[in-house]
Amino acid sequence: MGLGTIMADAWNGIRRNLSTALAVVLVTLVSVYLLGLGLLAQRQADQMKGYWYDRVQVSIYLCTDTSAQPNCDGGAVTDAQKSTIESQLDELRPLVENVYYESEQEAFDRFREQFKNSPISENVRVGDIPQSYRVQLSDPSRYDVVVSSFQGAPGVASVQDQEKVLNRFFKVINYITGFSVLLAALMALCAVLLMGTTIRQAAFTRRREISIMKLVGASNWTIRTPFLLEVIIAGVIGTLGAIGLLWATVHFIFNRYLNTILLDQAMIGAADVWVIAPWLLGGVVVLAVVTGATTLWRYLRV
Amino acid sequence: MIRFDHVTKTYPRGTKPAVEDITLEIKRGEFAFIVGPSGSGKSTLLRLVLREEQVSGGELLVAGHNLRKLPHRKVPRLRRNMGTVFQDFRLLPNKTVAGNVAFALQVTGRSRREVRELVPETLDLVGLGGKESRYPHELSGGEQQRVALARALVNRPPILLADEPTGNLDPVTSLEIVRLLERIHETGTTVMMATHDDAIVDALRKRVVELSDGRVVRDEEDGRYVVRGESLRSATREGDEPDQTEPNDDPAEDPAEPPQRLTKAGWAMDDDDWSADALRDQEEDF
Repeated sequence: MGLGTIMADAWNGIRRNLSTALAVVLVTLVSVYLLGLGLLAQRQADQMKGYWYDRVQVSIYLCTDTSAQPNCDGGAVTDAQKSTIESQLDELRPLVENVYYESEQEAFDRFREQFKNSPISENVRVGDIPQSYRVQLSDPSRYDVVVSSFQGAPGVASVQDQEKVLNRFFKVINYITGFSVLLAALMALCAVLLMGTTIRQAAFTRRREISIMKLVGASNWTIRTPFLLEVIIAGVIGTLGAIGLLWATVHFIFNRYLNTILLDQAMIGAADVWVIAPWLLGGVVVLAVVTGATTLWRYLRV
Repeated sequence: MIRFDHVTKTYPRGTKPAVEDITLEIKRGEFAFIVGPSGSGKSTLLRLVLREEQVSGGELLVAGHNLRKLPHRKVPRLRRNMGTVFQDFRLLPNKTVAGNVAFALQVTGRSRREVRELVPETLDLVGLGGKESRYPHELSGGEQQRVALARALVNRPPILLADEPTGNLDPVTSLEIVRLLERIHETGTTVMMATHDDAIVDALRKRVVELSDGRVVRDEEDGRYVVRGESLRSATREGDEPDQTEPNDDPAEDPAEPPQRLTKAGWAMDDDDWSADALRDQEEDF
């Protein structure tokens, strides 16, 4: 039996079982959409954390010509002030484990990368984002030692405890992720049950063909493949719909709307949808194959 | 070709075996009738050979395979060695005559060239040349059974199993079908046919194996439907066929066991589905 015949068989099966096939498509769509939202929320959190979040605990921003902080009235930080800060950081070892220096150019590049989905990145020039020392601590809970040592020091614009800024927000994002993944799991269970039902119904509709196929010695593979293809096709159609919907969500809600009210936050973009899409698609195919194979194994034994 | 060696089959919910301690050998190229009343185990015997059921005890060898040890995945290959026909034809109503016959080749992975060659050849063999593009519902019962026979034979199996193939046919058509089976047998095919049809068994004078309550009670070459010297009447009374006639009726005039099940005669043609038997089997599967 050629591949064409098998595909045609599967397609006929979908047509004859249109309502259940449609149910599989829709349930898969909702399930994958929710799972995708959860994954995208995590990517949004990662996006907002930026490059330094997981690496350092305290950031020391230095003065620029245009800094608004009162401590920067003397203008941009001088080289002498910078070496003072560096030696002070050295003195704080071993609490200070690592120090990364980020120049204005590096800061600018990082910012452009992080905010690539936001219109804000186009209005930023080199020098708008101050140079900084990023400090990694051996004991993160003692960040206040560093904060108090450098707050108000000459040439220092501000000292930021990195985690404090975003942590509350991440908690919310984690709840959203957890909730959407939980719903996605429930919907996935529905999808699995529906796929099983679809196969059973399809097999029942075609019981005469099947019994003759068994009688004349068709291989199990020949008998089962059309059914398997049927649920795979339905699942893939649903997943493609969900991916389209995820893209629309990111494009219209995040990039067109949220961007204009949350100017200072980095946003995920369509590219993030394309990154998770193959995983969603692969996951659904695996789910369909496992469900289908289990159902067929139970109901189409020779 | 087919060897039963003390074969017993008990169905999962059965209290007593459907067939018990059957020892029987059907040699290559032999033609054997399996007779006996309903419930005597004829169909079970055929289902065991087809490996639709697993034997519960004893050994069963078919075409060189020991069916007790045959793994599931090799069952399809075993079945390609045998053609099967049933009382209810089991044709696909949405396929033409040629389509029904070709189906058996297509689903076993035969090439298009083979299909083009073998299908018309086989239809000619069963006398259906010229009716390739008809649909089953446009054919008579006899013609439908010929289509089923063509489907069973199209891949040239060495064994042909027939489970009451004439059960839905009138006596004349039945004889035609059986003459056809005889011709197929003459080309070297081993034929095992379960039947109720006394006229046919008596007309062909082949080997007759009689079952009663799941046991072989008679096995003779050149046999008749009933034991020599006994009447059809007395043979029937052992079975569970309805027996509504008076005991002193003249047996010659008494059609105690009508070969046709008239209530089912039109079933396969008119209804979208198969007989109650086939449906029950399917329901077990789903």
